[in-house]
Amino acid sequence: MFLSMNWISDYVDFSGLDKLDLIHRFSLSTAEVENEIFMKGQDLSGVVAAEIKSVEAHPESEKLHLLKVDIGEAELVDVVCGAPNVRVGMQTAFAKVGAQIGDITIAPRKLAGYTSYGMCCSEKEIGISDDNSGIMEITDNLPNGTDLKDAYAIDDIVFEVDNKSLTNRPDLWGHYGIAREFAALANRPLKPMETADLHAYDTLPKVDLKIEDPLCLRYSCLQVENIHTAVSPVNMRIRLYYCGMRAINFLADLTNYLMLEMGQPMHAFDSRKVEKIRVKRFPVPFTFQTLDGADRNIDENTLMICNDNTPVAIAGIMGGLDSEIVEDTTTLTLESATFDAASVRKSTVRLAHRTDASQRYEKCLDPEMTVPAIARFVKLLTDTDKGARVVSALTDAYARRYEAVTLQFDRAFIDRYTGISIDTDTIVKTLLSLGFGVTEQNGEFTVKVPSWRATKDVTMKADIVEEITRIYGYDNFAVHTATAPLYPVRTAQEKTVEDKMKDILVKRFALHEVHSYIWAYYDEYKALGIPVEENIKLINATNPNIETIRKSIIPTQLCQVRSNIGFAPDFGIFEIARTVDGVDASNLCREYKKLAITLYSKIKTTESLYFELASMLANLAGDIKHQTLRFETTEPTHVYEHPRNLNTVLCGDTVLGIIGTVHPTVSKKIDKKASVVFAEIDVRAFSALANDGIHYSEPSRFPEMEIDLSFVSDTYAPIGKAIAAANCDWIRKTTVVDTYRDVAGKSITTRLTFANPERTLTREEVMQVVDGIIADLAKDGITLKQ
Amino acid sequence: MKQKLEEIRARAREELGSVSELSELENFRVRVLGKKGELTGILKSMGGLSAEERPKMGQLANEVRQNIEKMLADKIEELKAREVQREIESMPVFDISVPMDTAQGSYHPITLVQRQCEAVFKSMGFAVEEYSEIVTDYECFEALNIPKDHPARDMQDTYYLENGQLLKSHTSAAQNAIYKKYRDALVNEGKPIKAIFPGRCFRNEATDACHENTFFQMEGVMVDKNISISNLIYFMKTMLSEVFQKDIQVRLRPGFFPFVEPGFELDISCLICGGEGCASCKHSGWLELCPCGMIHPEVLKAGGIDPEEYTGFAFGLGLTRLAMMKYGVKDIRDLNSGSLKALSQFTEDE
Repeated sequence: MFLSMNWISDYVDFSGLDKLDLIHRFSLSTAEVENEIFMKGQDLSGVVAAEIKSVEAHPESEKLHLLKVDIGEAELVDVVCGAPNVRVGMQTAFAKVGAQIGDITIAPRKLAGYTSYGMCCSEKEIGISDDNSGIMEITDNLPNGTDLKDAYAIDDIVFEVDNKSLTNRPDLWGHYGIAREFAALANRPLKPMETADLHAYDTLPKVDLKIEDPLCLRYSCLQVENIHTAVSPVNMRIRLYYCGMRAINFLADLTNYLMLEMGQPMHAFDSRKVEKIRVKRFPVPFTFQTLDGADRNIDENTLMICNDNTPVAIAGIMGGLDSEIVEDTTTLTLESATFDAASVRKSTVRLAHRTDASQRYEKCLDPEMTVPAIARFVKLLTDTDKGARVVSALTDAYARRYEAVTLQFDRAFIDRYTGISIDTDTIVKTLLSLGFGVTEQNGEFTVKVPSWRATKDVTMKADIVEEITRIYGYDNFAVHTATAPLYPVRTAQEKTVEDKMKDILVKRFALHEVHSYIWAYYDEYKALGIPVEENIKLINATNPNIETIRKSIIPTQLCQVRSNIGFAPDFGIFEIARTVDGVDASNLCREYKKLAITLYSKIKTTESLYFELASMLANLAGDIKHQTLRFETTEPTHVYEHPRNLNTVLCGDTVLGIIGTVHPTVSKKIDKKASVVFAEIDVRAFSALANDGIHYSEPSRFPEMEIDLSFVSDTYAPIGKAIAAANCDWIRKTTVVDTYRDVAGKSITTRLTFANPERTLTREEVMQVVDGIIADLAKDGITLKQ
Repeated sequence: MKQKLEEIRARAREELGSVSELSELENFRVRVLGKKGELTGILKSMGGLSAEERPKMGQLANEVRQNIEKMLADKIEELKAREVQREIESMPVFDISVPMDTAQGSYHPITLVQRQCEAVFKSMGFAVEEYSEIVTDYECFEALNIPKDHPARDMQDTYYLENGQLLKSHTSAAQNAIYKKYRDALVNEGKPIKAIFPGRCFRNEATDACHENTFFQMEGVMVDKNISISNLIYFMKTMLSEVFQKDIQVRLRPGFFPFVEPGFELDISCLICGGEGCASCKHSGWLELCPCGMIHPEVLKAGGIDPEEYTGFAFGLGLTRLAMMKYGVKDIRDLNSGSLKALSQFTEDE
């Protein structure tokens, strides 16, 4: 919203004060002011009122005219002008030689053979409207030579306030409310608004009016006739223009002016079309044509203004085309009303049509404003158009009132909330300046909230704290720390585990952490031939491509690997993120936190990459939890999983996740010549694992003995099982040192390291254990390699 | 005989002079000094000498032997030294000037910034909390004094799910659970609530270089008996100065957020110009950084805390924005792109 300092100055005397500084303080105390402040009129000088004394056609140009212009000096001035609306006797805006218009300095200039000593200007050229259709027509009969900046309020400081920062302040949607803030900040009185005395019309007939729906809080109206002014006074038009509105005609301008001044939207109907005003909703949807010519679908929730049963306006949003003021309108009915904010907001959203009026109604306007707005309207109307006549009594239906808000609190409350000491006088003065009623006795305050702040904005004591402190100024606060007893603070284990996982994967395994989205990207999945699995969906995704929440991070990660294949011949990525697997019995999403890792290599075999990944997982478990993982083969349940090498990752009996190789149909689409493996671990399940801790064992002072055994076996599993079954404390370490395949099949060389902390072991006793293991395996048909 | 001994000595000197391999020296030793060697042979023939000459010759022979042994030992030393030298010279000088392979893993920039913030808050006694990404309408709105039909719901374009839940649109959605979690310790044991909760948030909006539908925030709350606006300003200034590692000026402006009262927009002095005014702060000297305020009494109530007895402040830091400011990331979309060309640059920081 654009605001004019001139307009605000109607109500506050700023003499001796720096207006720019006040705007800055307004920004810090009330609402955010945009950085750019417009110094209107600053780049305009030397433009005067001038009368066109003669007009001659240019001998060679159809468009140009040769004028003689009276600029209030002894001699008439010769001017060449191309405007279509020049005529003798017309008074216009004239930029003299030496005048400044924006970046241009006016100098004598030759135009088609004739010299022009100055320039007749359009309103747009002097920056007071966007009308560039012809030169400005001045109808105020100014003495020729009058500087326009003396005659009209062209000089102004205009600033913009972000509408969002006014969401909670219905009172700030007009200049008068803004002026109240400035008055409080400048510590100057707020002048009352000049209004007409509406009681003068009490004896006139009332308008037939009835509110038939609780969504209308108040409806006030008045009938006026005999308005002959068509064009608004220049100063009014300048203010409207500076505040971002176009001048239309006097009547429309006046309702807009009122809205910008008081924040109260108004509407004028042709009285013939609103003989019986009824405010109500219709049970059956229908189409309604608004005055912008658009057909709008009205449903049973949309509040309408009606002439008996004929809708004439959408309440709080826009009038209808049929009841608009037209050429032959003689009497008009002026509406000044208050509607339910939520209802207007919803209708606005439903109709996808937000107007200056609805924007204000949404903020919970003060119903007390409807009548003063009419009184102000009548004042402005009759000041300008002496012939205008009020022809009805004020008709006012007040269906629903906001409750008066009175708050009580004491100094201690304010001191506690602020943490500083603001003296009682300052508190009282601040609240009074903002229109609050205040009584104070011995530090006990009773505050009556003014109606314009009581519609929802100020309802409790904490709101009062804001009023006091923002005017006091946050920059003036003494700041100090809080005092509270100290207690140790532990970070949630899950969070610590997550941090450790990231450190190990980044530092030890040089993986790269990536982020992605919580949903499945249909297009990306499609490129890899991975269908999006059925899962809970978003109902309002603007992009249908992202509708479904993902069950696993892996497909996303495969897509990410694919888009990174040019990065390096060998890399790994990981992410800790959420996944969802449908809903639980209470219809709430089953949300998981997963660690997903994908490794890619053009260099390594899939087998070695698979082992690398498995050992990463084992490392995580070993490092963070001092636990050992085991892997069990499992069947694929997703199209990207390879049926041969897919394992469940377990710790004890706890299932932690999955590790796998990629199905050939998918891996071919990633990279035909590279190996890709993936794993996904449930971080919460992992975090919940017991930490087995460090089990210290005294290093043996006696020599260790190493025995290498090569068994012919397709898998290590039975060998490991037999070694474990031997249950021998002397076996300190078991490693697989070699695997190879020949005609005899696959052999696995396992090295057993024996030690006893108390003595040197003999070969005989060690071999006894070894023989036991060999015998155990022989039962399963696994023999030593010959 | 004397002549023979001298000959042997002279020849030995000559031969040793020409030897260049250690392996040749053993032959020499056997041939000259060995049991069947030349010198021994001469000594054996000493029996034919007179008693007078024998000791003289014996002495000379010993002298010659010692001479030769010394020469041999010197030669061995020399050759060994030469061999070491040869070994040294055989090693090429490595070209250490080539660019080194610095391949290492990387953290996501959000992780880095989040950890820096967490460290600051932990050092000031704040607990770091975890929260879900899918929340209920109650958690995200109702409990935060944002009833249905409240215009504030328009400010945030929220992603709704089929089951009525939603993707949390702000980390404030965790506030209610945090209050409930720590309420008893506050009321019964007098332990102030001090917690931060970083998390991912979602807004249903079109993405461009400055807008993302998925981004990170970090919420912080502190509740105790006498928490004041003055405390809020103190904590924000102190913590932000730590986060940015420089003395930061803060200023508060009124800001409307339904879950705080009074609510503020917090600006910090521009990180680039320090407040003088430059292009990055649009010549205002200030950067709008985070919304904050005194926790709304209704919000405390919803968390089971009596607002007549307790007050508190809350703030919401935009971690994504912070990461972009800190590392000069211009396009927000790079963060969720998964592009390693961008992300692999974020190795350990600080």
